[in-house]
Amino acid sequence: MIAYIIRRLCYGVLILVGVNLFTFLLFFAVNTPDDMARINIGGQRVSADAIARWKTERGYDKPLFVNTQAQGTEKWTDTIFYNRSVPLLAMNFGRSDSGHDINTEIKRRMGPSLALALPTFVLGLFASVVFALLLVYFRATRLDFWGVVLCVVLLSISSLFYIIAGQWLFAKTLQLVPYSGFMWGWDVMKFLALPILIGVVARLGPEARFYRTLFLEEIGKDYVRTARAKGLAERVVLFRHVLRNAMLPILTGTVAALPLLFMGSLIAESFFGIPGLGSYTIEAINAQDFSIVRAMVFLGSALYIGGLLLADISYTFADPRIRFE
Amino acid sequence: MPQFVFLWTDIALWAMVLVTVLYAVHVARSPNLRSTWYRVLTDAPAMCSAVVLSAFVMIGLVDSIHYRAALPPVANAPADAPKAYSPIVQSALEGLMENTTLTLPEARFSAPLATRQLNKESVLTPEGPVREFKALVHGGAHLANPDAPRGGDIALRVLAGMALAAGVALLVLVLMVTVLSRRRASWRAAWSDLLRDNCNIPLRAMWFTTLGVLLVMGTLAGMASGYHALGTDQTGNDVLWQAMRSIRTALVIGSLTTVAMLPPALILGISAGYFKGRIDDVIQYIYTTLTSIPSVLLVAACVLLMQAFIDNNPSLFPTSAHRADVRLLMLCLILGLTGWAALCRLLRAETMKLRELEYVQAARAFGVSHWTIMRRHLLPNVMHIVLITVVLEFSALVLYEAVLSYLGIGVDPTMNSFGTMIDGARLDMSRDPMVWWSLLAAFAFMLTLVLAANLFADSVRAAFDPRSRAFRIRRHPLAAASARRAA
Repeated sequence: MIAYIIRRLCYGVLILVGVNLFTFLLFFAVNTPDDMARINIGGQRVSADAIARWKTERGYDKPLFVNTQAQGTEKWTDTIFYNRSVPLLAMNFGRSDSGHDINTEIKRRMGPSLALALPTFVLGLFASVVFALLLVYFRATRLDFWGVVLCVVLLSISSLFYIIAGQWLFAKTLQLVPYSGFMWGWDVMKFLALPILIGVVARLGPEARFYRTLFLEEIGKDYVRTARAKGLAERVVLFRHVLRNAMLPILTGTVAALPLLFMGSLIAESFFGIPGLGSYTIEAINAQDFSIVRAMVFLGSALYIGGLLLADISYTFADPRIRFE
Repeated sequence: MPQFVFLWTDIALWAMVLVTVLYAVHVARSPNLRSTWYRVLTDAPAMCSAVVLSAFVMIGLVDSIHYRAALPPVANAPADAPKAYSPIVQSALEGLMENTTLTLPEARFSAPLATRQLNKESVLTPEGPVREFKALVHGGAHLANPDAPRGGDIALRVLAGMALAAGVALLVLVLMVTVLSRRRASWRAAWSDLLRDNCNIPLRAMWFTTLGVLLVMGTLAGMASGYHALGTDQTGNDVLWQAMRSIRTALVIGSLTTVAMLPPALILGISAGYFKGRIDDVIQYIYTTLTSIPSVLLVAACVLLMQAFIDNNPSLFPTSAHRADVRLLMLCLILGLTGWAALCRLLRAETMKLRELEYVQAARAFGVSHWTIMRRHLLPNVMHIVLITVVLEFSALVLYEAVLSYLGIGVDPTMNSFGTMIDGARLDMSRDPMVWWSLLAAFAFMLTLVLAANLFADSVRAAFDPRSRAFRIRRHPLAAASARRAA
């Protein structure tokens, strides 16, 4: 088990190196620092001096991969690639193109992101499972049929419309919650209630439908027939036997998504003005700040790899039949 | 004769139509595929959504024929002067709707079927400037007095549109019965079978769907014949027109992206599953690396780069239509190249299963080359996965486009799409008076398109995926169980 985890961790580092190389190629080789400088300073007519100054300030004036003018190991370390990539592996993101420290910014914005993402995730999972169980309990009836229809309609609506309609209904017409904004303390409930509700509703359609098929698959198995044959009530069969067994893949699947919650939600955060990592990323995209986008790409993939590892480990705890060699 | 312009996405879209036709011929020839598709043909929700989808596709295809109109010859020009063409690239849809309220913009917001603007504006009169609701230039221009009650006029136009639609629907009905009567004893038998829904293909449901689609189109057309049927947006563009133009963008993104996904997914997926070992390790490493990058960020990064490239090379694109078109094509490629990993994983798993089967073993024993085995024995047997993915991905991509355009990393801002419509109208609901029509139009069009695509895709998956076929059979005992509970 330990050996397996260590091997997976090594593989994870290998993938991170790959991500690093890939994003570097994407950002620097395709687009030269000169282009970036021109975009960041703005305008078509930018003097060569301004570009040179911009590049020197941010350390973009070095060669990309090999510094032929330096001596010894500096030949490789005194390059953009080394300066920009290696610190990333130590989770040191450096400064953004506008000069702010990315690490402090991430620390500051992680809280609001998590305050929105975690309740949305937990409540959304709960609501979807409950709804799916309800459909399975009333399977092959009209309620089931129209429930599935509702799911398909819900998943055919763009998430943008949920947000727009929710803001219109609850913030403008009923005036129950503020339009957007964020504040710690008790007010946080007021600001987060609507985004969380919308997040839950937006997830309900696809997830409930998926969980319903999982439950239905489980219900056709032999042990369920045995349980029925020994005279258990349908309710007991469903909640004690089917739910427990079907929850295993659901829970281990969700474990993989847990670390990514730190990244926040791009759309919800920007609509509701929550100063989290999602809105940070959007601001960076709009300002064409490549340093921040690269940092977020790297952070996101690191968290994703961590999630996969967690999911693998949780499999062994959840299902003793699975063993890793 | 106008000068035809072939934009990249036009070529791609029409090539897809050609491929679809070829595939249909292939299906008709192969008994196996025919029986699988027959399952889809007999499924009522799937066929009804196919009718709706084909209406969308028709609008999208008409919008994909681009040309530059010929200009009228200049007075007293020499006889051998070269023909002059308009510098503006327009689509056949624009050509058809020329000089209707659809293509004639107003100056500002106006409500659906309104004859005056929504907001007051300063107008200079001989007595000095006056603030008033200005009359629209084109909406309700046929009315002598824009303030007179116009309910009768609108009702008349709607009725005319609906009557036309009903006429076309009747024609379709006659056509259906005629085709059906070839397989029945007589015309009368065909008619009664259709009426009682006594045919394998759910013709009755399809006809009612056709009628519904035609009636909606007729109503909108009737209203659009004199008014802005769904109002105008902030800059006075007709909302119904924007929604109609957005259909093509949605179709392009939904279909071309999956096509862009296919080459890497097919080549890498099949070779990983077939060769195993080192090659498999390398390919797995590549797609794990790719999936570990958050997809929105990866798309954002690629689009930012493309944007920078387009900004730095303005001379490559002769017109803004070309630029928008190249950007749309690149967006499809980017979405495809960042999204192939999931399909690749599926194909790899399926190939691993197939390569151990006897016929592949036999082919190997006969000394058939790797390439031929992959092409002749493996590729045709994983095609159902490809088909299911293509159909399922369509609706997801249409929804994704809206999100990307909202984030500013989607299609060109000058191009009509559902995303740009929503993005442009995001503050409309909080205006006073509220402007709801842009969002409602985008919502209704998108919901119809995506819902129809979803229903159709579900049916295709049910027909092609053996596992879900098993589900269907199992439904009967469950029905019995619930009946027992009810009793």
